[in-house]
Amino acid sequence: MNGPPIHEFRSTRRTLLRGVLAGAGLAGAATLYGCSSPIGAGLANTELDPGAVDYWNLFGGGDGVRMQQMEDGYRKAFPKTSLQAVTLAWGNPYYTKLSLATVGGKPPNVAVSHLTRMKTLQAADLLQELHPDDLARHGMSADNFNKRAWEAGLVDGKIYAIPLDTHPWVLFYNTKICGDAGLLDSDGKLKPFEGEDGFVDALEKIKKVTGQFGATHGINADSASCWRFFQTLYSQLGGEVLADNGTKVVLDDAKAKQVLTFMRSLTVEKKLLPSAVDYQGAIALFVNGQAGFHLNGEWEITTMQTAKLPFSMTLVPNVYGGASNYAVQADSHTLVLPKQRGQDRAKLDLSLGFIKSMLDQSLTWAEGGHVPAWQPFATSEEYKKLTPQSNYAAAADAAVYDPPGWYSGSGSNFENVMGASIGGVEAGLLSIDAAIAQIHSKLSVLAETPSPV
Amino acid sequence: MAATTSSSSASVQPPAQRAPAAPGAPRTDTSGRPGHGRSAAWFLAPFVILYVLFIIGPAIYGVIISFFDTSMVRSGLGSFAGFRNYGEALSSADFWSSLWHTILFTLLTTPPLVVLALLFALLAERMKRGRWFYRLAFFLPYVLPSAVVALIWIWLYTPVLGLLSTIVTTFGFSEPNWLGDPNWAMVSLAITTVWWTLGFNFVLYLAGLQEIPRDLYEASAMDGAGPWQQVWRITLPMLARTTTLVIVLQIIASLKVFDQMYIMTSGGPNFSTRSVLEYIYDVGFTDMRTGYAAAASTLFFIVVLIVSAVWLYMTRRQEQEL
Repeated sequence: MNGPPIHEFRSTRRTLLRGVLAGAGLAGAATLYGCSSPIGAGLANTELDPGAVDYWNLFGGGDGVRMQQMEDGYRKAFPKTSLQAVTLAWGNPYYTKLSLATVGGKPPNVAVSHLTRMKTLQAADLLQELHPDDLARHGMSADNFNKRAWEAGLVDGKIYAIPLDTHPWVLFYNTKICGDAGLLDSDGKLKPFEGEDGFVDALEKIKKVTGQFGATHGINADSASCWRFFQTLYSQLGGEVLADNGTKVVLDDAKAKQVLTFMRSLTVEKKLLPSAVDYQGAIALFVNGQAGFHLNGEWEITTMQTAKLPFSMTLVPNVYGGASNYAVQADSHTLVLPKQRGQDRAKLDLSLGFIKSMLDQSLTWAEGGHVPAWQPFATSEEYKKLTPQSNYAAAADAAVYDPPGWYSGSGSNFENVMGASIGGVEAGLLSIDAAIAQIHSKLSVLAETPSPV
Repeated sequence: MAATTSSSSASVQPPAQRAPAAPGAPRTDTSGRPGHGRSAAWFLAPFVILYVLFIIGPAIYGVIISFFDTSMVRSGLGSFAGFRNYGEALSSADFWSSLWHTILFTLLTTPPLVVLALLFALLAERMKRGRWFYRLAFFLPYVLPSAVVALIWIWLYTPVLGLLSTIVTTFGFSEPNWLGDPNWAMVSLAITTVWWTLGFNFVLYLAGLQEIPRDLYEASAMDGAGPWQQVWRITLPMLARTTTLVIVLQIIASLKVFDQMYIMTSGGPNFSTRSVLEYIYDVGFTDMRTGYAAAASTLFFIVVLIVSAVWLYMTRRQEQEL
């Protein structure tokens, strides 16, 4: 009936626990053994890979694709060096991480920084100074770069950043719609127009063709775009917002009122621009042909190209600048070297070599829409033939950067405060006087706060 | 028969008179129950260490740096500021308005999340067929991460192109500027949150409903109670504990809101949806003033403590009544 007793393997709780612990111990030992693995390096506080280049950037979307192409170019040119590239979200999350990583002693070798934010990083003592002889060893010197971008990056005459490009605000225009509206010349390029009336006239002609809007730009949850539009027009009038490194608010109320009245007339009164659309919605409306103009940074060129839209690009209209005062809001991407623990010549050369490689690939970067700062390429025939990118090359020399200040720069609270008020006016939710009063009250709080750097 | 009497007499031993512990047996703790004090401590140790290192420690450190002008980009505590950071926070219009926005969000989301969850749980309980489908349908949004929910609803709320705008205009109304109008933005965020987190309260209520004994309903039906009376007089009172739990959890979770504001409106339009946590993030990380941010966080912590204490007191009273 019953067979002989079979010795079963009794899997008790204890044997199971012992087995799991042994397995985990083995796995843990294996990871720690390789100190070059992230966990091991983290625990042992060693460097991840001393011979590698750690590179952080904040380029997503079209820019991200271009940057990855350039990184691959570097890997092909230098197969023996390993490149670890990390892309982080644009805006203050990026600068938070970069600052904390540098303070914590584990920064990347090379990092991207907006020119307007680089000054704050330098004031916080997070960047290495770059010496002209080190740069010369790698073929870089001051006259190789766009003068305006280079000089804007100097701090007390010392070099802390290598400009990669200038990225201004530009005007995208749908060539088909503009052709139907009679705005193109015989070459198929946009006929230049000036002044408020010229701009409004062009927009109204486009609105007749599209039946919906003349132009679009992001307003909802998009303080950066609102600020950039305002800053372009306001600087054409010659106005400034901050002075003395951000400790004084010098907003010219009359000029600001003039600009805000004009902007409000476009969105609320004449309905030539939608008063309530976010960044992606503004692009979508333009791509769908519901508007003929689109005001945005040149970095969206890849998006327009992917959508197979018949379009071209040119400078933002000269509304108030007249003959000599043309200005457009822009910022520059620069490459900086955060302060490293144990920086030696080999590491410095590795980082500078990477930077030079990025500059040599300025063609790829310019294809992404940016105006190259590297003059050997910017003055070449290759760049001039690159249209529509070279259409707005003059913007690099007319670039107006955000005013210096610890709370200012791309993606900073300064842009949030300005953009919130300006966006409120454009959306028709805030009166112009209330907006100007709000700007004064919020900025003066920031101006009076002692700098944390 | 004999077995039952002997066992019943054996069980009538007064609990206080127990033989003193034999050597090697587990020690009894003060209440007379056998305790596993030492080994329990060892089992708890890993969790306690991590808890102290990552939650208690930083919380204490946060209170300390709130008295200094600590900066994110400089190591060390910075210069001593005393109560100046607290004074600045308490006199800052931005701080108070962000606190009000958080409270407004709590007021907008808690009633729907409690009432609708109960309503849907009652309805789902009545389904005879396909009950699993309704439970799944209501709970599924809760599983999504906040970023996914925010992205979906950003596209729903997009002006002109979004699905909600198209629906509203088809019915002949003018579309509200969902995320761009200060009067609507908080309501839009509240709708998103209700859709997202309803499932959790729904499940809690389902569990509570299943604990109500069936014979109560049968007895009341025999006495002539209609369905509405059954709900009002049996179901709701028996669910009092669950309701209290749901309300407390909901209030505390609403006070801590951050993700929806950060992703969907960035605190806008014109800072009208900025919650306290987002204000703390703005001043602490974007402005790099971690000392001041820590002061604002401590003040917020006190607010949450007060809310929790109020509810603790009320539930204590409730338990005593039960």
